Amino acid sequence: MAELRASLAVIAAVLRKDLAIEWRSRQLLASMLVFVLLVILIFNFALDLDARARAELSAGVLWATFAFAGTLGLNRSGAIEKDGGAMNSWLLAPVDYGAVYLGKTLANMAFMLVVALFSLPVYGVLYNVSLFQPGLLLVLALGSWGYSALGTLLAAMASQARSRELLLPVLVFPLLLPVLVSAVRASSLFLQGQPMAYIWPSLNLLIVYAVCMPVLGYLFFDFIVED
Amino acid sequence: MIRARGLAKRYGLRPVLRGVSLQVGRGELVALLGPNGAGKSTLLRMLAGLTRPSLGQVRLTGLTLPEAAQEARARMGFVGHQTFLYEDLSAEQNLAFFASLYGLPDAGPRGAELLERFGLWGRHREPVRAFSRGMQQRLTLARALLHRPQVILLDEPYTGLDRTAAAVLDECLSEQLQQGAAILLATHDLEPAQKLAHRAHLLAGGELAASWTRRQLASASFPRQYDRALQEALDG
Repeated sequence: MAELRASLAVIAAVLRKDLAIEWRSRQLLASMLVFVLLVILIFNFALDLDARARAELSAGVLWATFAFAGTLGLNRSGAIEKDGGAMNSWLLAPVDYGAVYLGKTLANMAFMLVVALFSLPVYGVLYNVSLFQPGLLLVLALGSWGYSALGTLLAAMASQARSRELLLPVLVFPLLLPVLVSAVRASSLFLQGQPMAYIWPSLNLLIVYAVCMPVLGYLFFDFIVED
Repeated sequence: MIRARGLAKRYGLRPVLRGVSLQVGRGELVALLGPNGAGKSTLLRMLAGLTRPSLGQVRLTGLTLPEAAQEARARMGFVGHQTFLYEDLSAEQNLAFFASLYGLPDAGPRGAELLERFGLWGRHREPVRAFSRGMQQRLTLARALLHRPQVILLDEPYTGLDRTAAAVLDECLSEQLQQGAAILLATHDLEPAQKLAHRAHLLAGGELAASWTRRQLASASFPRQYDRALQEALDG
C-alpha cells in the first residue's frame, strides 16, 4: 500500500512538473496547435470535395493530423528530459521509474487532448461536421492514451540517440498502426451514425491497446532509461 | 559507507577504468585527483548507479548495487558535470520536484533554507534558464544536499562558483562530515583537496596510481609530489 502511494505521488509530481514546464515555456502546445491548424487548412483546400466525400474523409484527416502533431509533442517531451541531463534527477532518486513513465504518459496525453479541444471546433466549421459527439470524444481519449503510452516509451528510447527527431517517427508510426486504423474506423462510424454493433470491434481494439501498452511501457521503461 | 571493488569499464575496445578499488568511511572526505579524461566522472557515475560497470562491485552504506539501487539512491547525493535541472522551471519549482521524488516531509522549509544558504532566495521564482553558470551550479549543489544524503559524490563541484559560493560549499561539506557523511570529491584542482580531504587518490590511465594521507596533502611539497606521480603514471 505504501509503495502504491509512493508511486502515485511520483506520477503526480512528474505530471505537475511537465505541465508547469509547458505553462512557463508554452513551446509545445503552441507548435502543436499551429501545426494542426495549418494541416487542417491545407486539407480543406486540397480536398475540395462535395459534402458527402468530406464527411467520409473527416476521421482520416483528423487522426493523420493528430498523429503528426503528436510526434512534435513527444520530441519536445524527450528533449526536456535530455537538456542539462535533467532526467538524471529522477534516475538518481529512490523512485520506481515505471511511475515516471506513467506521469509522462499522462502529461503527453493531456497535451494531445488540449490540442484536440482547440482544433475540433475549427475542423467542425471548415468541414461542416459536428465533432463534439460523446462517442467520438471517447475514441479521441482512448486513441490519445494509446498513442501517448507508446510514444512516451519510444521517445525515451529515441532520446538516447543523436538523431532523435528523425528516429522517433520511424519508430512510432509502424507500431502505432493498430491504434490509428482502429481510431479512424471507429471515428468514421460514429460520424456516420452507424449502430454500436459495427463500432465495437474497432473500439475493442483501442481498449486492448490502451490497457496493454501502458503495462508494457511500465515494465520496460527501466531497461530503456538505464545506462 | 562507499566501497568499490575491482571496478572496470570498457567502451567498445577502449578501457576507461581497469580494476579500481577504493573505500570512503563515515565522516571522511576522499579526493579523487587526476587530469581530464582520467576516468573520474565514469567512476563517480558508476558509484551513483548511473553507469553499469563492466566488472566489479559497488556497495553504498552496506547496500549492493544494482540489487538495492533504489534504497541506496535515497541515501546518496550526486553532483555531476551537468546541472540535472529543468531550465524552464524556477529554482523553487526544481527543488519542490526533487523533494517530492524523495518524499521529503519538510520540503518547503528545507528548500528555502538551502536557497537562502546558497544566495538564491532573492531569485527563487525565476526560471533556471535565466541563471548564470555559477548560480545554476549553486542550485545543483542545493539539489544534491536537499535530502540530507549520507553519501555525497561530487564531480568538479567548484566549477563556475565564485569565492563566496565556494566558501559556502566548503562550509556545507564540513557540516556534512561532522554529521557522518562519506564524501568522494573528484577534482583536477589540488586546492580543495588539500583543504578538505582526509585522503586523496590519483586516478590516471584508468587506475589508482598514487595515494596520499591528510598529512602528506597538507605539506608544501604536495603539488610537486602530485606532478611527479602523474608524470610517472602517464609514462608508465
